[in-house]
Amino acid sequence: MNPLVTPSFGLLFWQVVTFLVVLLLLSKFAWKPIMAALREREENIDAALSMAEKAKLEMQALKADNERLLNEARAERERILKEATEAANHLVESARAKATEEGQRMIEQARVSIVNEKKAALTEVKNLAATLSIDIAEKLIRRELQDEQAQRALVQSYLQETHLS
Amino acid sequence: MKKILVYLLTVLTFSAQAAESPEGGKFSPGDMIMHHIGDDYTWHFADGLVLPLPVILYGEKGLDVFSASNFYNAQHEVQPYNGYVMDHGHIYYANQDGTPRTQVNAEGVEEPVGPLDFSITKNVASMFVSVLLLFLVFMTIAGAYKKNRGRAPRGIQSFFEPIILFVRDDIAKTNIGPKYQRFMPYLLTVFFFIWFNNLLGLVPGGANLTGNIAVTLVLALMTLLITVFSGNKSYWGHIFNTPGVPWWLKWGIPIMPLVEVIGIFTKPFSLMVRLFANITAGHIIILSLFSLIFIFESIAIGPLSVAFAVFMNFLELFVALLQAYIFTLLSAMYFGGAVEEHDHHPDLGHGDAPHAVAAAH
Repeated sequence: MNPLVTPSFGLLFWQVVTFLVVLLLLSKFAWKPIMAALREREENIDAALSMAEKAKLEMQALKADNERLLNEARAERERILKEATEAANHLVESARAKATEEGQRMIEQARVSIVNEKKAALTEVKNLAATLSIDIAEKLIRRELQDEQAQRALVQSYLQETHLS
Repeated sequence: MKKILVYLLTVLTFSAQAAESPEGGKFSPGDMIMHHIGDDYTWHFADGLVLPLPVILYGEKGLDVFSASNFYNAQHEVQPYNGYVMDHGHIYYANQDGTPRTQVNAEGVEEPVGPLDFSITKNVASMFVSVLLLFLVFMTIAGAYKKNRGRAPRGIQSFFEPIILFVRDDIAKTNIGPKYQRFMPYLLTVFFFIWFNNLLGLVPGGANLTGNIAVTLVLALMTLLITVFSGNKSYWGHIFNTPGVPWWLKWGIPIMPLVEVIGIFTKPFSLMVRLFANITAGHIIILSLFSLIFIFESIAIGPLSVAFAVFMNFLELFVALLQAYIFTLLSAMYFGGAVEEHDHHPDLGHGDAPHAVAAAH
């Protein structure tokens, strides 16, 4: 038989022994720790990745929360501002109305008092006129009693003196 | 890189030249090539640089251990020693006149007889070197994993980690399935053993270990034994009671069980022959290309020869990895077949084709 395809006994023996020893030693001291380390690292990476994913989700939730809070705050501010404006407007409006009313009232009062004053003044004038008339009449009567001529002149002079308003 | 190549080629050429001298006369490429790819009792790196290896014999005279250099005299001629004689790469008992002792065997053919030969031959020595290398490399890596726990790989660790992961993910996981873990030590060992030895065989002066039928025989036998002993009920069921086969082919004329049983052995047999033939063929081609220079006895053929040999060397570097991959992959597939759990589904006479299994899952 061709020597190439004839397995020699010695090599067979050494190959079996060596290969089994290599298999045993490498399995125990190399493959076992290597495979364990690889598996552990993969698990770590997996855990880290899922944790990152979770953190991302949490982050998103937090962000959404913040957004919501912010929106709420913004709406609140809007509302408060609106209310304040309304209140201010209302205040101004009522103040203005009050002022107008007060003015109106004061004008009315003034008008009333003017009318009253006018009435009083007129009454006084009338009274004065009446008094004057009575005085004149008295003096006239008195003069007439003394001298006719003089009485007439007096009446004339009085009449000239007196300016009926 | 260039320097390494030039060195490689000069050494290879040199050792090819060296093979010429013992013949003394005409250069015989066949003998030179057979000498290079075969086993030897000495490690012949180059002419004048020969490492005699220990010869270990067990036979009529008990255990005998001596150096292989005893078989050569001062003129490098073969001589008998201590009642043993070396003839055509084998050691036999010597007659008084120094010829191998012969006896007629059971078939009536006269053949030389010798002791059991446990010698540390060139191949065994080369295997020890590769084993030392394997231990050195992978113990270092294992240490690095302990020291560098949970961190990114570095140095030699980062070179081998993708390969280990490749063996695990693409060879073991895909072909064996969920039970891949118990086969990982064997698959990794066999992958790196073959790859390292393939590469060592390409080193000038290296031995053709993975191109030796004894080595591939043992490796294939390991795969066979592991397959057979990890075979589950469904594996044996598929062999002796193949689903989807008419009953008369199983119980009437037992062709299918016969074919399946032969298949158990042909699978590892193909593993053995494939590795052996691929590696040996690569060595023969490279050596033949160098032999051309000496056949034509012309320096002009040198550049052409060297160019082809360089190309072949690169191809062999690839083949070294490829054959390790194929051996491991096929082993994993056989293991996968042995441990696969088949769902009990009606196969409608289509047999357990992979697509049917895939569809059922």
